Amino acid sequence: MTVVETGAETDDGTSVGPRIGENAPRPDGVPKVTGDFAFSSDLHHDRMLWGATLRSPHAAARIGGIDTSPALAMNGVHAVLTHADVPGSPTYGLEHRDQPVLAGDVVRYEGEPVAVVAADHPDTARRALAAIHVDWQPTEPLVDPALAETADPIHPDGNVIRRIHLRHGDQAAAQRDDLVSVEGTYEVGMQDQAFLGPESGMAVPDEDGGVDLYVATQWLHVDRDQVAACLDLPHEKVRLTLAGVGGAFGAREDLSLHVHLCLLALRSGRPVKMSYGREESFHGHVHRHPARMWYRHHATTDGDLVRVEAHLLLDGGAYASSSGAVIANATCFAAGPYMVPSVEIEGVVVRTDNPPCGAMRGFGAVQTCFAHEAQMDRLAAALDMDPVALRLRNALEPGDRLATGQVITGTLPVAEVIRACADHPSAAVGSDEPMARPGGAGRTADAEHVVRGEAVAVGFKNLMFSEGFDDSSAARCVLHHGVATITCACAEVGQGFVTLARQIAGEVLGVNEIVLAPVETTSIGSAGSTSASRQTWMSGGAVQLACETVRRELLAGLATTHGLPIDDLVMVDGRVRSLSGDLDLSLAELTAEPVEADVVHRHAPTSTLDADGQGDAHVSFAVSAHRAIVDVDPDLGLVKVVELTTAQDVGRVLHPLQALGQLEGGAAQGVGLAVMEEVQVANGRIRNASFTDYLIPTALDMPPLEVAALIEQPEPGAPFGAKGIGEPPSISSTAAVAAAVRDATGLDLPRVPVRPSDICLVANPESGEAA
Amino acid sequence: MTNESGFSLSVNGRSRSVVDALPGESLLFVLRERLGLAGSKNACEEGECGSCTVRLDDETVCSCLVLAEAAAGRQVMTIEGLGSEGDLSDVQQAFLDAGAVQCGFCTPGLLMAIDALLENDPDPDDLTVREAISGNLCRCTGYGRILDAVDRAAEARQAEATP
Repeated sequence: MTVVETGAETDDGTSVGPRIGENAPRPDGVPKVTGDFAFSSDLHHDRMLWGATLRSPHAAARIGGIDTSPALAMNGVHAVLTHADVPGSPTYGLEHRDQPVLAGDVVRYEGEPVAVVAADHPDTARRALAAIHVDWQPTEPLVDPALAETADPIHPDGNVIRRIHLRHGDQAAAQRDDLVSVEGTYEVGMQDQAFLGPESGMAVPDEDGGVDLYVATQWLHVDRDQVAACLDLPHEKVRLTLAGVGGAFGAREDLSLHVHLCLLALRSGRPVKMSYGREESFHGHVHRHPARMWYRHHATTDGDLVRVEAHLLLDGGAYASSSGAVIANATCFAAGPYMVPSVEIEGVVVRTDNPPCGAMRGFGAVQTCFAHEAQMDRLAAALDMDPVALRLRNALEPGDRLATGQVITGTLPVAEVIRACADHPSAAVGSDEPMARPGGAGRTADAEHVVRGEAVAVGFKNLMFSEGFDDSSAARCVLHHGVATITCACAEVGQGFVTLARQIAGEVLGVNEIVLAPVETTSIGSAGSTSASRQTWMSGGAVQLACETVRRELLAGLATTHGLPIDDLVMVDGRVRSLSGDLDLSLAELTAEPVEADVVHRHAPTSTLDADGQGDAHVSFAVSAHRAIVDVDPDLGLVKVVELTTAQDVGRVLHPLQALGQLEGGAAQGVGLAVMEEVQVANGRIRNASFTDYLIPTALDMPPLEVAALIEQPEPGAPFGAKGIGEPPSISSTAAVAAAVRDATGLDLPRVPVRPSDICLVANPESGEAA
Repeated sequence: MTNESGFSLSVNGRSRSVVDALPGESLLFVLRERLGLAGSKNACEEGECGSCTVRLDDETVCSCLVLAEAAAGRQVMTIEGLGSEGDLSDVQQAFLDAGAVQCGFCTPGLLMAIDALLENDPDPDDLTVREAISGNLCRCTGYGRILDAVDRAAEARQAEATP
């Protein structure tokens, strides 16, 4: 892989535009380092008001009444709105329209919005919230997901959001007495996406009765559709523009303040800005589903997997969000990237009065990876086999069938990533620095007691939307005066699509000047969601298709004019040349009149899952492996992740530095889930809604990430063969770190995050009450 | 109850007057909402994330924890004052070269923290750097490219200092 610094001068002195495979500069890089980049929370309007949201202090309550008059009477307050002020659909939702814009007669989770205000200053808005009187009639919240199915429904749609019963192969396959079986129950806590840029935006009322909404989101058009329905306005009167997004990771798939802002702007006739604080943000978006997972694996004494059985219970919290798709992923990938002839998985996601859960990087595959990898280690121990050898022996290959019956037709280098990771030499050494010990300086009880562990884990998931979803992205390319202008509604959330789009246009058209049009809903159709590792493939593919269409149209005309075969014409460095050398034309002059193309790009169709969870429901898959080396202080239960090594199936690297950034960033979130991060919920209420109490990895917590290999096997159908790479790093990293802590301590550790008490109180039963 | 007489702040070498501020407004709020300097970010408002890091004289502080009026009479430097006009500073350039910018929300705070670190310690070792930026949370990068950027900036600064 040759890396060329773009912006560099070539031999003949012309500048080079962005091309595939290079470390092209981010077009938003300079404004992001100078502080000039406008995030959604940076928006300002001279006439703007500040919005704020009154939220339920109860996990479950009936609302006897709401008196907003004291707030409305306050100086500086311009609007106070409740459910009665929602003109259109009272509810919204990604899969089911089951979540109220503002709660009316009942609240189902702590933090559910009940009223919104607009005022001249954030402090005025806060005081106005305090002046609203709500007649709360608290009820007993349903907080145990295991009881949800039998409890009285807490919502008209019932308490089971989705159940999938997957059956694959001979269901009697394990009814033999020569198999080795291992069983375990595993738990994953609730993780928060913890993006840095809080939910924020601004709505500006228009004279036409419509509204312009500037907001940080992952999918403008699906937001637009939901907002318009709630406002009872036609789509063309609700115009969304992407405001600078401070990270997303799944937490911006659902609406948060969108409808509230528009309602306030339309009522007050003034621009309204809203920005959540950190505590409010914890209540303002969905989280990763907590999971309880029972597993039983059966294998021959040689180590061939025969059957995997599992029951997965995910807590969806109060509203459906994307729970249906999350449980589908959890179920489909529950057995891991292994060849298993017989599978039975029951996956259920239920409704409770806990905080709503939905999308987060890895989307259901994170939870099951933790469980299936723990099972593989347990099986290896029962078989007295090397855990890496057991994984290699059962690794899925192209041509194999998944538990859904789908044959893998694309690339899936499972054995390759495992082997690369396991064989990579470790650079980890012991350090005498107190700061490098578990817990940091001065916190390790006795440095002599610190034990080291090491383990490898592997995980996989689908790329893009599944189960028959009509997944598409629209793009337009206009080539004019030699400059390519690309329009696509793909939400840039930090991942670097803005860089890739320019690289793709530069590669296809041979141009050096590429402009990206503003990202909004009126000028172009939907790009789909920036999630499911899908935008490189979907919107990258759309940009490629649009540029190729322009290229073909331009070259076809020239070929006819000059009597040359079209294949003899190339576009390079802003010129069109013939391979014979007879033709050398300026692209700027050739495109004095614009050449343009509008395209919609779709991936290959998928099918739904049948009653047995069988079907070709997915487009493509990606796999990654991690090896973790950890130091553990068993006396205090502290863990220091010393080194992470990864290998990942990427199809093709389009931008080496951005790829590395995804691998490092995703692994950090995996480390967080393994040993630090949990939204602690007690009787339905979040107890640690702050960065003081919800800890995400700092630079001291993160180990160096060694990249053992980026496996480049071009994926058929993907632009330039590139797979999405955002999610896999968050899948196998958690499982690897937890397994390494098991290796160090000899403990079962069936739950992540691994808490200090899980280690020290169990490791030293004589020293505490718990055992 | 506003502070009608107002007060003035010295920000990035310029004197700026602040009128009509409520007494409780933080330096971060005043910078962002009253002086139009939105480069300092608000991600936690309790001094945990470092996104709002600015310099107060020689001190690196979380501007969300400083009362605006308490900064009167001191030199405030924000991200907007880091590079010279039209030119990126060494740390800013290093962030771009190393691929340390993703969503960019933590970037201004990290740049301020690293700039101060390198001023006090031109050649910090890995643990020193990690400790120095451990008060700045980043959720996108996992810190790998940021640590690389610190190395690049330190090298650039030393090369600059050695004629």
